[in-house]
Amino acid sequence: MDTGLLIEKSILILILFALSLGIAAYQTYFERKVAAWIQDRIGPNRAGPYGILQPLADGGKLFFKEDFIPANADKYLFMIAPGIAMTVALMTSAVIPWGPDIEAFGRTVVLQVTDVNIGILYIMGVASIGVYGIMIGAWASNNKYSLFSAIRASSQMISYELAMGLSVITIVLMSGSLSIREIVDAQHGFNWNIWYQPVGFVVFFVCSIAETNRAPFDMAECESELITGYHTEYGAMKMGFFLFAEYVNLFIASTVIAAFFLGGYNFPGMDYFSGNTLALLCVAVFFIKIVLVIFTFMWIRWTLPRFRYDQLMRLGWKKLIPIALINLVITAVVIAFYKGWFN
Amino acid sequence: MESLTNRKKEVSKKEMTFMESIYLPAVLKGMSLTLKHAFRKPVTYRYPKELRPIAPVYRGMHVLKRDEEGRENCTACGLCAVACPAEAITMVAAEREPGEEKLYREEKYAAIYEINMLRCIFCGLCEEACPKEAIFLTDRLVPTDFEREEFIYGKDKLVEDVDNRIDITKRQNTGKRGKK
Repeated sequence: MDTGLLIEKSILILILFALSLGIAAYQTYFERKVAAWIQDRIGPNRAGPYGILQPLADGGKLFFKEDFIPANADKYLFMIAPGIAMTVALMTSAVIPWGPDIEAFGRTVVLQVTDVNIGILYIMGVASIGVYGIMIGAWASNNKYSLFSAIRASSQMISYELAMGLSVITIVLMSGSLSIREIVDAQHGFNWNIWYQPVGFVVFFVCSIAETNRAPFDMAECESELITGYHTEYGAMKMGFFLFAEYVNLFIASTVIAAFFLGGYNFPGMDYFSGNTLALLCVAVFFIKIVLVIFTFMWIRWTLPRFRYDQLMRLGWKKLIPIALINLVITAVVIAFYKGWFN
Repeated sequence: MESLTNRKKEVSKKEMTFMESIYLPAVLKGMSLTLKHAFRKPVTYRYPKELRPIAPVYRGMHVLKRDEEGRENCTACGLCAVACPAEAITMVAAEREPGEEKLYREEKYAAIYEINMLRCIFCGLCEEACPKEAIFLTDRLVPTDFEREEFIYGKDKLVEDVDNRIDITKRQNTGKRGKK
C-alpha cells in the first residue's frame, strides 16, 4: 500500500475525529444558546466571553465526578455500553464526502475517508447499531425506568428506520447509485434533491429526529416520565459519553441530510471556481448547510412537546410509511417514464 | 356566559383530519412562533452587574434615622415591634444620662434595637407605626450571608451614619395619610 495514501487517510481520520468531538461539544453550547433565544433568555455567558468556554467547563466537571457503578449492575456491560454508543457514533462519518478533491504536495487528496460503493447501506446499518449502546446500557443498569427507555428506544428505532429507508430508496432511484459521492455529485450546482423530493425530505427529516432520539421523539430519555431513561444510573464521563454520542449522531444526521437532500457541497455558481479554491469553498458551504440543519433540529426541539408513545407509533406506521411508499411508487413511475421504459 | 377576554376556546374531542394528523401545519405554526421569540430582546437582568429597576418607594433594608443635629430619633416606644406581623423587631429601652443629649433626642432611647432580617417580610408597618419618624425602609437590599446569626441586624447596621445620611424623602410622603 502507498505510504502517502496511508498518511493522508490517517490525517483525514484524525481531523474528522477531532472535528466530530469538537462540534459535538459546541453543539451543547449552541443548543443552550438556541434554547435561550427561543425562551427570551441569554443563556450561558459566565465561562469566557459569551460563555464560549462552557463546553470545556462541563467536560472538566464530568471528568471529576464520582464514577459510580450501581451494586446490582452488570459491571462489564455497564462499562461497555457508553463505549459502543460513542464508537458507533464516530464511525458513521467515514463515508461522507466533504468536498471535491484537493491538490496538495503533488498528490490528489480525496476529501472522504473511504468511498464505499454501498455508502448509504453503511450509514443506515451503523446508525441502527447505535441503539445497542442504549439497550445494553439500560439493561446493565438494572433499573426499571432504564429498561423501559431501552424498549421504547429500540421499537422507535425499528419503526422509523422503515420510513427512513423508503425515503432513501427514492434518492437512490434518482441518482442510480448507493455511493454517497455519486449521490452528491448528481446534485451539481443548484440541482438539489430537495426540489425533486420535498416529501421524501420531510419524511427523512422526521425520521432523523427519531433516530437521533431528540425531542419531540425523545422517548428514550423522557425526563418527566423515565427520569432520563437509559442514563439514569450513569454518572461522570460514562454519562458524558452517552450525551456526547447523541450530539455526534446529531452532527452526522445533519451531514447526511445535507448530503442527500441539500446538495452536499454543491452550491449555485460553483462552475466559476476550480481547483483548490473550489474545494475549500465547497467544504465551507457544506459546513454552513450542516450548521443550518443542526439549528433546525434544535429549533424543533425547543418548539415541540414530546409525543405520546402511541402517537409516535401511529405517526410512524400509519402516516410516514404510507406517505414514503406512495412517494417511492410515484418517483419510480416518473423515472420509468422519463427513461422511456414504457415505450 | 359571554367571555370578557375573547380568549376562550371551545375544546372538542373530534377526530383529527388528515392534515391535522400529520401534525405538519401545527408544527410549522409553532416554529414560526418560536422564531419570532428568538429575535426578541432577552428579559434577563445580569444580576450582580446590572440591577432590576426598582420602584422609588421600594421597601428594602431598614434605617434608623437621626435628626438634623445627629441625634437618634428612636425613643424605644415599642410600637414598631407591636405592629410587626412577623415579630422581627426586639428592643431594650434605656434612660438618657446627663451628657448624652447630643446622642439621643429624647429622654428615653433604645439601648439595643434588633431586626431579624430573615423574619422580616418588608411590609413597612413598622414605618407606619413609628410616631417619631425614626424607622424607614430604604431601597437598599439586605446582603446575603452564610450564617443565620448574621441576619439579626443590631444598631450598628441599622442606625444611619452621621456623615453619610440615607435619603428617605421618596418614602416620606407616600402613605395613605399623605405626608407624615
